[in-house]
Amino acid sequence: MDTARRDRTWLLAGAAFLLFAVVVGASTGPAGPDWWRVPLELVNRLPLVSFDTGVSEAEWKIVWQIRMPRVALGGLVGGMLSIAGASYQGVFRNPLVDPYLLGAAAGAGLGATIALTIGRGVTASWPLDPVPTVAFLFALATVMVTYTVGAAFGGSRSGVTLVLAGVAVVSFATAVQTFILQRNLEVIREVFQWILGRLSGATWADVRLVVPYVVVSSIVLMLHRRHLDVFRVGDEEAATLGVSVGRTRLVIVVAATLGTAAVVSVSGLIGFVGLVVPHVVRLLAGAGHRRLLPLSLMGGAAFLILADVPGRMLTRPAETPIGVVTAFIGAPFFIYLLRTRKVTA
Amino acid sequence: MSGVGLDGVTVTYGRRASRRTTAVAPFTDEVAAGEWVGLIGPNGAGKSSLLRAIVGLVEHGGEIGIDGRDVREMSDRERAALIAYVPQQPLIPDDMTAREYALLGRSPYINYFGSESHNDRVVVADVLRRLELEPFADRLLGELSGGERQRVVLARALAQQAPVLLLDEPTSALDIGHQQQALELVAELRRHDELTVVSAMHDLTLAATYTDRLTMLHHGVVVASGVAADVLTAERLGDVYNVCVTVDVETDDATGDTTVIVVPRRGAPAP
Repeated sequence: MDTARRDRTWLLAGAAFLLFAVVVGASTGPAGPDWWRVPLELVNRLPLVSFDTGVSEAEWKIVWQIRMPRVALGGLVGGMLSIAGASYQGVFRNPLVDPYLLGAAAGAGLGATIALTIGRGVTASWPLDPVPTVAFLFALATVMVTYTVGAAFGGSRSGVTLVLAGVAVVSFATAVQTFILQRNLEVIREVFQWILGRLSGATWADVRLVVPYVVVSSIVLMLHRRHLDVFRVGDEEAATLGVSVGRTRLVIVVAATLGTAAVVSVSGLIGFVGLVVPHVVRLLAGAGHRRLLPLSLMGGAAFLILADVPGRMLTRPAETPIGVVTAFIGAPFFIYLLRTRKVTA
Repeated sequence: MSGVGLDGVTVTYGRRASRRTTAVAPFTDEVAAGEWVGLIGPNGAGKSSLLRAIVGLVEHGGEIGIDGRDVREMSDRERAALIAYVPQQPLIPDDMTAREYALLGRSPYINYFGSESHNDRVVVADVLRRLELEPFADRLLGELSGGERQRVVLARALAQQAPVLLLDEPTSALDIGHQQQALELVAELRRHDELTVVSAMHDLTLAATYTDRLTMLHHGVVVASGVAADVLTAERLGDVYNVCVTVDVETDDATGDTTVIVVPRRGAPAP
């Protein structure tokens, strides 16, 4: 069938873009081997391949221990935020929605603020850094509150009340966070840095921490691609087509939130990706979720990996926060696409 | 073929007792398998509420059964395989193709984690061909005209292959030519697929022409039910719609078919 072949072509294009991003991400950085040696060395490290690329063990260590965890984490965070954003936009039929809508980001921010306020001094000796964990738990708890409030007043079938409940709960969490910050001015800088988001200092341990959440969440979302297409005709018509609207929406929101909370807790709040990448994919490849979800996953991963590159180089040795870079590259590109494609968003 | 049994069906809106309004007072009727019943009545009479109750979009009192099975005991998917519903203003995603849209009608037959089978695609291709939508099948809905969209919505409902078809004002957005085409189509499909049809309609002449039987609602209460010539009288229409009309009944001498024509007259009574 013709559409099936076009689906495959798009998926291949997405995979190629992702591969390109990984190679670029691994090849650039302020220190380390010549950039063109890195792709060769990556091939060399594959099983059954062996040739001399002129990359020393020490240089390889920079690539493998410093750059690759960053690339991997960037890919996981970008992919997760994008597929979650696409799912949120689909399930709420609202193009302005991002995965932070129901309070995942505000909750994580509040959790991180509380953890940082208690003080690094107290927690430094703990075996586990409490900031990501607390951020993760607060993110989940906040979304749960939103869902409970929204369901209580609008019934589980209404997406609009959920969105409104999200607005209220986010404002509340932000207010509490501001109050805490205002009374503990000494942690403002640290909290602000956390909120801006970062991939620098990523380790394989961070990657291992989020992989299970991203994998499970992505699989669940991918399995609901057809349901998301049915949601496009509205909650009521979806119900008459045999979809259990409330229950299906809950499953999708839980999956998207779990993954989002996990990546937010290690990388901070990286904005823009979850909102814009799904739109770019829609403009290029169409709005059907059969393509939208996998392409958002791959495109978001590639986008964040690439967005992390100028951050390392622009203001070295200091790092430009990646949230700044994503908005800086993403916004003009998005406007360009909207103009050339003549799409009414 | 499936009949629809309605036994003391009520629909009320508002949770608090003080604000509760009754949209449909106890409504009892038996729509025979293969019958086309037209629901008529002024705005707010309860026509849409009744249709929405049958398809499970609003809670209802009393009992609604398809072939004797209570709709409340059915799963969402089971019900969707028995009842197809075309709302008054369907939400049509502009960036979806006609074929993708019609394929949504196959949802009741697809497993939770499954995707459309070859058979589903064959059914949809067949429906699109019958509704003469093949040339538009891979065009985006946003590019289609109002009449074409209306047919695509019908195509989705027919792809559901449900024995009961509910239509809420199926022709209100169409010009007179497309109105006739759409209703002719429903009439033909009903004969061919042996569908049971319940439709809410505003145009009384069209309702009289195409349906087997009319039920007139007013404030949620049935005020008349039966063949068009009996239900549509100038006096009753004046009472219920607050309108000034004359009703002509023409009988074809050869076939014995009657045609009921409702003509509005100048000099509407004061509200």
